[in-house]
This record gives sequence, structure tokens and C-alpha cells, in this order.
Amino acid sequence: MIAFNPRNTSLLIFLGLLVIFTVAVTLMSEAYGPGLVSTSFVKTLGKTLCLCLVALAMDVVWGYTGILSLGHFAFFGLGGYMIGMWLMYARTEDIVIASFANSPLPPTPEEIVTGIATQIFGVVGASELPPIWVFAHSFWAQMALVVLVPGVLALVFGWLAFRSRVTGVYLSILTQAMTLALALWLFQNDSGLRGNNGLSGLQNLPGADAIPQSLISIWFFWASAAALAAGYLLFHWVVSGKFGSVLRGIRDDEARVRFLGYPVEGFKLFVFTLTAVVAGLAGALYYPQAGIINPAEVAPIASVYLAVWVAIGGRGRLYGAVIGAAFVSLVSSWFTGGRAPDVNLGFATIQWVDWWLIVLGLSFVAVTILAPKGIGGLFDAFQGLRTPDRKGAPLGPDEGALQEKEAVK
Amino acid sequence: MMRHFLAALACLMLLATPLRAQDSFGPVQTLLQQHRDAIVKSSRKTIEPAIAALAGSGLASVAQVLEKWQDKALWVREADGLFVYAAPQGDALALTDIDSGEALGSVPKADATQIKPNSGIRSLIAAALVQFQLSDPDPARRLAALDAIARDPSATQLAPLRAAIADETDPAVKAQKERLERLLTLRFDPDEAARIAAIASFRGDLGQDVRAALNPLVATTRRTAAGGVPEGENVARLLTPGGADLPLSEAQALLVAAGALQPVLTIAERRTALVANVDGGSVGGFAVADLDTETARVLAYEALEASGKVPPAASDAEVTAALAAHVFYDAYAEPSALVATEAAAVLRSAETRIAINQAIDLTLDALSLASIYFLAAIGLAITFGVMRVINMAHGEFIMMGAYTGYVVQQVIANYTVSILVALPVAFAVTFLAGVVMERLVIRRLYHRPLETLLATFGISIALQQLAKNIFGTQARPLTSPAWLDGALTFNDVVSISYIRIAIFVLALVFLAVFLFIMKRTRLGLEVRAVQQNRAMAASMGINPDRINMLTFGLGSGIAGIAGVAIGLFAKVTSELGSDYIVQSFMTVVVGGVGNIWGTLLGATMIGFLQKGIEWLNPSNTLAAQTYMIIFIIIFIQFRPRGIIALKGRAAGD
Repeated sequence: MIAFNPRNTSLLIFLGLLVIFTVAVTLMSEAYGPGLVSTSFVKTLGKTLCLCLVALAMDVVWGYTGILSLGHFAFFGLGGYMIGMWLMYARTEDIVIASFANSPLPPTPEEIVTGIATQIFGVVGASELPPIWVFAHSFWAQMALVVLVPGVLALVFGWLAFRSRVTGVYLSILTQAMTLALALWLFQNDSGLRGNNGLSGLQNLPGADAIPQSLISIWFFWASAAALAAGYLLFHWVVSGKFGSVLRGIRDDEARVRFLGYPVEGFKLFVFTLTAVVAGLAGALYYPQAGIINPAEVAPIASVYLAVWVAIGGRGRLYGAVIGAAFVSLVSSWFTGGRAPDVNLGFATIQWVDWWLIVLGLSFVAVTILAPKGIGGLFDAFQGLRTPDRKGAPLGPDEGALQEKEAVK
Repeated sequence: MMRHFLAALACLMLLATPLRAQDSFGPVQTLLQQHRDAIVKSSRKTIEPAIAALAGSGLASVAQVLEKWQDKALWVREADGLFVYAAPQGDALALTDIDSGEALGSVPKADATQIKPNSGIRSLIAAALVQFQLSDPDPARRLAALDAIARDPSATQLAPLRAAIADETDPAVKAQKERLERLLTLRFDPDEAARIAAIASFRGDLGQDVRAALNPLVATTRRTAAGGVPEGENVARLLTPGGADLPLSEAQALLVAAGALQPVLTIAERRTALVANVDGGSVGGFAVADLDTETARVLAYEALEASGKVPPAASDAEVTAALAAHVFYDAYAEPSALVATEAAAVLRSAETRIAINQAIDLTLDALSLASIYFLAAIGLAITFGVMRVINMAHGEFIMMGAYTGYVVQQVIANYTVSILVALPVAFAVTFLAGVVMERLVIRRLYHRPLETLLATFGISIALQQLAKNIFGTQARPLTSPAWLDGALTFNDVVSISYIRIAIFVLALVFLAVFLFIMKRTRLGLEVRAVQQNRAMAASMGINPDRINMLTFGLGSGIAGIAGVAIGLFAKVTSELGSDYIVQSFMTVVVGGVGNIWGTLLGATMIGFLQKGIEWLNPSNTLAAQTYMIIFIIIFIQFRPRGIIALKGRAAGD
């Protein structure tokens, strides 16, 4: 059974709040209520929940295990690409079959496939389906790939990296290189995934043209909320109990855990792969709501932002990751969406679209230096939790170890 | 009797015309008068004998006549039909005698007719003029004539060119003439042996003109024949249908073109034919609804074919039979087998030499790319390699240096001076930025590399956005001085631009400066001391905080100078730095952290790798970068501490 820490009721509180939030948004939505919350905002909230889920995964791999992976958003994007292939294929198939309805001869299977390929790949000057689209016609096969592609990539990459004892910043740089390689690969036109055009039209579910987007958006919102709840439960289970203790041990002092006889590489590989799979699933839920995925989404900077969210929320606590992701992404979209009022300083006007990134960057520096606990520190202060007195020493010698000020006594 | 009388009368009439004074004409005028009709008529079809007569006359002033003719300065005087040179003089024309060059006074324009050669005739005249230009006293004009022949070679130029070689005095021009003569010989000489000799003389020559002259000799056309290769065909090679050189579809097209096979229908063509023959819900006896597979459609088409409603098309069996019954081969257009073989051999040897030269060229490219990576990474080698501080804003320091160069160029117009000023100014600006960043941020995060990574990333996005706000999103030019334009060219294949040489030199200078500072100065000694044992260094009277600050400033300042260098060949944008940051970190990690020679080796390896992969797959530089990064990830498996690993005593080492 899930080992509940009696001192830690955050799981129940979190799940309760998530349910209340979901019900509240549903009752205010256009589909099931008076429409206080617009459909586009329901989509934004649904996407934010997916981002919270990938941030959770990031927190487990970085905050609990000490691996600063700069590749988890690439796994997120891969999940999106995998589901996007099915969405685009199935929808294009509908369109092609409909266009054959009035033709004098019934279409042959070859003609349908050629029609689909021309529709999808016309923009990159190809008219044949690339080999990697061989499963695109099948929803279940692509769903399996949502799990398998990020999972296998993480497994292979992690196995290579962990067995040669690449740790700390070296591992971060290596994961960033992997992400860059993936993004560059996707950017080329003959990658088979439409180059920098990406996959588009994903918000149109095949066979669901009659259903209004307001309904679809709320369904995706529910799915996202359910996925977040499931992910929270899963990761809560992973990080509590003995398994979680080993992970925290690896984070703070990997060598000591190894000397105690634990297979450190196996633990790290398990966590790295599991979080990659969850990230892929989160991406598979996110991109149908976003409607489009292109290689820029996978660029290394996106993965760094993921780490930023976790750090601002407070790493090493699951709810911290969720709060960080939700807070930063919602505030970011508010500022960059042009809805924030300009600030007139007399000599100059600050337009937030231009200045928001500067504020974000600097506030991030400030959080890292001044408040390592991030927003999570507020909860500690509320609960009266204090940091241990270690005379400034971090919890362990490793680069990923918690600092004194990050820890809770 | 009557006929004699008439003839005498005609003679009288003739003498009475202005042409009566024929005996008194100069030689050129005589010649022109002989071809008077053709010249005045000015038709390309009939003019050739006239030009040939003039050109072949050997008279000294023929060249001038042809030039004047070409320039439309040749006129006919109405009064006596004499050809004259005329130049407009106010409303009138000043006339000059063709042979003597004496002025003939001026006449109104109405009293003379201009000869207006059309463009076709002018090009014929130009071709005839070549032989005169080839022995023109001015060497520049001789060279121009050679260029004209080389641009548009023809058989007729061979004889005048050969004639012009012996008298040539200028050795350079003579060499060119001889080279061109051989180029013309190998194409146009009627004697096979002479052609082969000329071809052989070019063995080992890399000139593009040689390849251009030889390529038509080895040009082939693809043919097919039933049974065997016909007599008299100059076969380059036999082809197997379905092999690498001859896809089946192409073989089928050849057979169809040769009339040996009925057309093979594409899916779309068959569909169109069937649609055209839909008859009350069925096609050729098949229900339309059943025609949803290719097999059914083929059957339906055959039924239509049998009833004669559609043109016959080849079935698979017919295609197979026709393929088996025919041979396919490439035939040389050149009739002489010996010439074609020799040309192919010379081209092959040229290709080998070109390949060697391309390898040299690629090496130069790779070296210059390596020096760019080295420049971008050397600042990191200090901050990351020596201080173990991950500075994600390093790329933004590079960008800052590039923008500094741009701003300096706005103030100082002279590009040479502005670059010389920009280098120290960029160093100063980024040095200051580095020092400020070290004091405010890095200092608080020593020994926390992951937090440093994230904090400096925050600075990086803030700096990037700041640059965007100040300079806008469009690329700003950083113009290099004129003496850095152009390229050092060794031959047609190997060349390297001066700017890349400059960057290579700059990289070497930086290596020397770095080694000097670290090994020979007090600062370097103290930096190494603080790096090895901070507490011990402090107790020896070194101020570690000051040393760290200076070291970080130094690394950042070098990034600034690298920024100026990189900005010279890349457009300066706010994303300039982030394009290099991952490669720079890779360079340092691959080389081995904490060792400048490692960084040098790492940059060299990455530069050569990337160029090598690009050469294997030239169409796709993005894929090249992907493969390179994958290679590096695998490389790190085998040497996790880089090429040059520092030995440590930690449990993980």
C-alpha cells in the first residue's frame, strides 16, 4: 500500500484541492455552466495541468534523485509528436476519404495512402509516407509509442550515461546535448515529421467534428486533471518509503549509497526512464490541446525552463513542482499575452511583452540565491518548519545535494 | 552582230557608272566593291563569303574595316557608291577614305547610306576579328581575344589561333595561347592522333576549362537495342535493368521510347482511362463499386483493352519479356572510341587529384571551424575548466562582444580602425560584466554547480531579451575591413577566405596568451593556487575572492573578443551566443575539463567531425550536427573525463 507519512498530509490536501478546482472550472465552463471561464482559458488551464505533470516528473528526477536533466521537455515533446502523428493521420484520412466520395471510382487503399501522404507532406515536398509513420493509422499503436519512444530513448541514454558514471553538471550538459540533437533532427525536412512546420491541426479530433470545442476542451481538462492526480499518486508512492529514501540518499551522497550495497545505477535508470515516460504522456495530453507541435518546442531552452519552474516552486517537494509550473506558466502567459498593463515610468514605458523575460530571468536568479526553497518555503513557514543547522554545509557532497537552506528539519 | 553591239553598249554603260574608276580603288575598297551586294543587303545568310574574303585577304587594314563595320561606322556614299568611314559631325557626316585614311570632306546625312549589320552578322564579324586581335600589338586585347575564344570555342578558330602562336612575344600570353590551342585541338582537330595527344597533355591538370572541354567528349546517351549492341556504337558500358545505374522504370521508359513496348500505365493513368469508360455503373463488365483494388482495376482495363476501347498497355509479362530481349547501354556521343577512352582516363585522373585537393580544402574548412569553436570555448575553458563554474550566460557574453563591435562601428567609420578599437573595448565591456556577475551571483553559489547553471541561465535569458529590446530582432552587420575580404586561392579547388585565416590566427594568439598568463604570470600562479587549494592559497597571502573575480572577468573578456571575431562572419543577433553555447560546453567536456590543450583537441575533433559528416552528407548540415552530438555522447562513454583526463582521487574517478 502507499506508505503515507503521517507528518505529511500534503497528498490528501493536494488531491482535494485538485478535485475542487476541476469541479469549479467545469461548473464555470461554457460547456457545463454559465461560461464564466472561456473555452480558450479552459484549454490554457488544461495545458497548465499537463505542464504541472511534467514538472512533477522533473522534480522527482532532479529534486529527489539529484539528476538535473535538461532533456525532460524533449521527452514531453516526443510524446506530443507520437500522439500528433495519429491525430494528423486519422484526421487527414477522413478528409481524403471524404474527397473521394464524389469520385467516379471507389478509391483503392493505395490511393488513400498516397492522398494522405500528399496532404501531410506536401509542405516539405514529399508525397510518400516515411517509414516511421507505419503505425500512424492505429491509435493504440501510437499510444504505445507515446510510452515506448521516450521510455526507450531515456533507457538507452540513461544506461549509457549512468554506467560510465557521468554525474552532476556533466550529465546536465550531456542531456542538453541530447535535446539539441533531437531538436536539430526534427528541424530538418526529411526527418519524416514535417521539419519546422511540425504537426498541426491536432485540436481537431478525428470523427469528432460535430462535437463543439467547448466540450472537447473540458474533456481534455478532465483528462489532464486525472493524469495529474494519477501522476501525483504514482510519484508520491515512488518517493515515500524505503525507495524514496534511497533516491534522496543518491541525491545527497551517491558514493555512500553505493558503498552500502545499493545498485545506484539501477535506481537512477528506473527513475530517469519512469519520469521520461510520464513526461511523454503529459506531452500526449498537452499537444492536442495546444493544436500544434513543432521542433522549437523541443529546443534545449524549454527543458531549462522546466528546471526553472521546479526551482521556483521549490524542489524536493512534489507540490512545489506543481505550484512552480502553474504559477510561472500562467503568469508568463499573462504578461506575454499583452494583457498586463504597461507601466509608465515617465521617461520610458515598460511594455511587459518586451520586459517580462528580463524580470523572469532576474527573479529566477534572486530565487536561486535568496530563497532556495522557492514558493514551497512559504508553506514551511506556515507550518513552522525550520531548516536544520548544519553550519552552512549542504546535506551531502554531491552536486545535486540539497542545500542547508533547502532542507526541512 | 547585234549581240556584240549590245555587249559593247553594256560595257559603255558600265563604264559610265561611278564604278568606272575601279582601277584607281585601293585593295580593300576593291574587295568591298566585289561583295557590294552582300554587304549592302546585310543578311546573315549571304554575308559569310564577304567576311571570309576580307578576313582571308591578308590586307593590313582589314581589321579596321571589320571593326568599323561592326560599330556601324561603315557607310556608302550615294554619289559614287564608294565605301567610306563616316563619323557624325553636327548634322553632317565627316567621311574618311578606307584605304588611304584621307579625309574626304563632309556630306549631309541624306547623301550617304549607313551599313547596319544585325546582331547575327556582328557576331560573325567578331569571330573573324579574333584572328586580328590575336596578333594585336596590345597584350590586353590579345588576352581578351583568347577569353572570347575560350567562352565560345569553334572549329574555325583553330587555324588562326595556331597561326598566332609563333609570333607571340609575351611569354604569359603565349602560354595561354598554347593552352587554348590544345583545348581546341582536343575538340575540333580532324586528326585523331592529334586529339589524343592534346588530351593526354592535360593529364593532372585541375583547371575547370579542361574539365569543361573534356566532359562533352565523354558525354553518353542511354540506349537500348534488341538482341545485342549494334555495329558502330561506341559503347561506354553495358547496363543491367534494375541495377543501381538503371532503375526498372527508366529501362521501361527506354523501351517505350524505342517502340519495343506498349506504354506502362501509372495508377493515375489507369484510373483516368477507367473513369472515361464508366458505362452505366460498370467498366468493361466490372461493377464500379468493386474497383477498389489495383488488381481489380488491372483486370477491368484488360477487358477494355480486349474490346478496343482503350489503347493497349503493357502487362507485367510483356515488360519482363521485353526487358529480357533487349540490351541497355550507355553510348558515347563522340564517334572515336580512342578519344573517348583517353578523355575518360584523363578525367578520372583529374578526379583523383580533385578529390585529394578537396580533402585539403575540407581540412582547411575543418581547421577554421575548429578555431571558431576554440574561440567560443576558450573563455569557458577558464570559467568552467579552471573555476568549475557553469556559466550558461557565456554565449550572451559572446553576443555582447559582437554588439560592442557593432556599436563601435557606428561611431568609427573606418572599418580597420573600428575593429582594432572594438577588440579591446569588447574585452573591457565583457570583463566588467563578468566581474559584476561574479560579485553578485557566482560568488554566492560556489560549489553549487547546478544552481549556478540555473542562475546563469536566468541571466542569459534576461541579457538576450535586453539585447532584443535595445537592438531589435533583425540582424546587425559587423563589417570586416576590405583587406579581410576575398580569399587565398591555391587552385580551382582549394581556397580559404582571409577572414577564416584571421580567426585561425586569432585562436592561436589566444592560446598563446592563455598559456602565458597561466604559466608565466603572477596572476596565473595565483589562479592555479586558488584552484588547487583555496584555503592553503589564502593562508599564503593570496586573496581568493579577488583571484576568482579576475579569473571570471578574464574568461568573460575573452568571450567578448571571440564575439567580435564571430560577428565578422555571422550576422549579429541576440541569439548569436545561444547558437554556440552547447557546442562550446561540448568542446570543453570532450577535451577534458581543466586543460587548455584538451580544449584545443576537443575543438579540433568537433570541427573535423562536423566537416567530415557534412562532407558525407553535404545536403544536410542539420543532420550533420545531430550525428556529431550523438557521436560525442557515445565518445563520452569511453572517455567520461574527456580526451585529456585529470587524475583525481575521488571515489567516482
